[in-house]
Amino acid sequence: MNVPVELKYSREHEWVRVEGNRAIIGITDFAQESMGDIVFVELPSVGDTVEAEEPFGVVESVKTASDLYAPVSGEVVEVNNEPVDAPEVINQDPYGKGWMIVVEMSDPSQLENLLSAEQYKAMVEEQA
Amino acid sequence: MTEVKRTPLYNAHVAAGAKMVEFGGWLMPVQYEGIIKEHQAVRSAAGLFDVSHMGELKISGRGAREFIQKLITNDVSRLRPGCALYSPMCNPQGGTIDDLLVYQLEDDQYLLVVNAANTEKDYNWVRSQAPATVTIENVSEVTCQLALQGPAAQGILQKITAINLGDIRYFCFVYGRVEGVQCLISRTGYTGEDGFELYFPAEHAEALWQAILAAGQWEGIKPAGLGARDTLRFEACLALYGHELTEEISPLMAGLGWTVKFNKPAFIGREALLKEKEAGPTHRLVGVEMIDRGIPRQGYPLFKEGRQVGWVTSGTFAPTLGKNLALAYVAVEWAATGGELDVMVRHKLLKARIVPKPFYKREV
Repeated sequence: MNVPVELKYSREHEWVRVEGNRAIIGITDFAQESMGDIVFVELPSVGDTVEAEEPFGVVESVKTASDLYAPVSGEVVEVNNEPVDAPEVINQDPYGKGWMIVVEMSDPSQLENLLSAEQYKAMVEEQA
Repeated sequence: MTEVKRTPLYNAHVAAGAKMVEFGGWLMPVQYEGIIKEHQAVRSAAGLFDVSHMGELKISGRGAREFIQKLITNDVSRLRPGCALYSPMCNPQGGTIDDLLVYQLEDDQYLLVVNAANTEKDYNWVRSQAPATVTIENVSEVTCQLALQGPAAQGILQKITAINLGDIRYFCFVYGRVEGVQCLISRTGYTGEDGFELYFPAEHAEALWQAILAAGQWEGIKPAGLGARDTLRFEACLALYGHELTEEISPLMAGLGWTVKFNKPAFIGREALLKEKEAGPTHRLVGVEMIDRGIPRQGYPLFKEGRQVGWVTSGTFAPTLGKNLALAYVAVEWAATGGELDVMVRHKLLKARIVPKPFYKREV
């Protein structure tokens, strides 16, 4: 299981890469691995706002559909169309080409509620 | 519920990296490498499935034939030793208790192969209906079942058996050795491809599993899990119990009218089914293709002009076709091919179209 140390993680298996006031968001390697072949992704549009801990999109594998939860609140300023057009990129490269949205954070202090790589790893191992 | 059961191949699956899930009371591999890769291997080469979770009931004794004739809706009189028949088994209301395969083993001996989750229910039902001269034996736990499916299946299996597989016709079987293990070898399956199902004593499971995988290495055989089994049967529009068939759904409604033989002697459910046939069905099982982006899933409602007219029984991304498809029951007045409906996906109505079944048919 790949859990890059420089990222922050939600309990719902999203990752966040912080760049200034912006949060780049995707789903973790553990999440893609547990879902299996991902075949459908629905993301918000640029200009939409997302709320921390509320669904912002959907990812579906052959067998299941799962909501995507926003790790932080803010306005969507970029959306990656690659996983929308070719969802398998999330299986192949969840932390790279499989990124989903960039959020301009309205309350960066929410980052403190997220897990470190170490904490996330411990949580996943406990669930397994 | 009793403890979750493991097939004799449990260790082999775990060693092969399978993701194990509970299905019908058994811990089964849902996938090894990935559902789509396994699905494609079956369509283009071959896949090997452990389907030992399927239930097997042996019915024997004087009057076994007449008894089975009464139990199921299809006509057993067409069977002879060495052949198999697909049939629903109905309750007196015409609802489907299960769908199954009947193998005629000998003159007065038959094997019913039933869905894992229904094994106990079926066993109890069959016993409750049986005359005194007939013996019913649940041999599920001592029987291993493998399914080798795909265009390369025959070539692969032929390498490890002296039986001439080309002589086995569709829905027929022979007894013979495969890699030294005595098997019932039948040309049947649940994927829409050509292939074989092998039934044999559980103690040989691992040896035979490994031998078939080794024999098919060059052809590109893959072990395949229940995930691919489901997408394969779905593309071929083969009914799955608990989805297209339930105790409330009759085989007529499910489009299985060809398995309900009214011109044979009386059988359980006949009166109800005849009534339904004469009245005409209220709903029809149709194929649905999404027009808007979205994946229809079991239980999603279908709408026409704001009114609910049906529901999805199975739906997913179909790997061979690259489309989001569903099987759904739709009120007959809206069930014509080409008609447009809305599928409710997460509180949104998405456009879809009724398309012909099956979604996939292999070229012969």
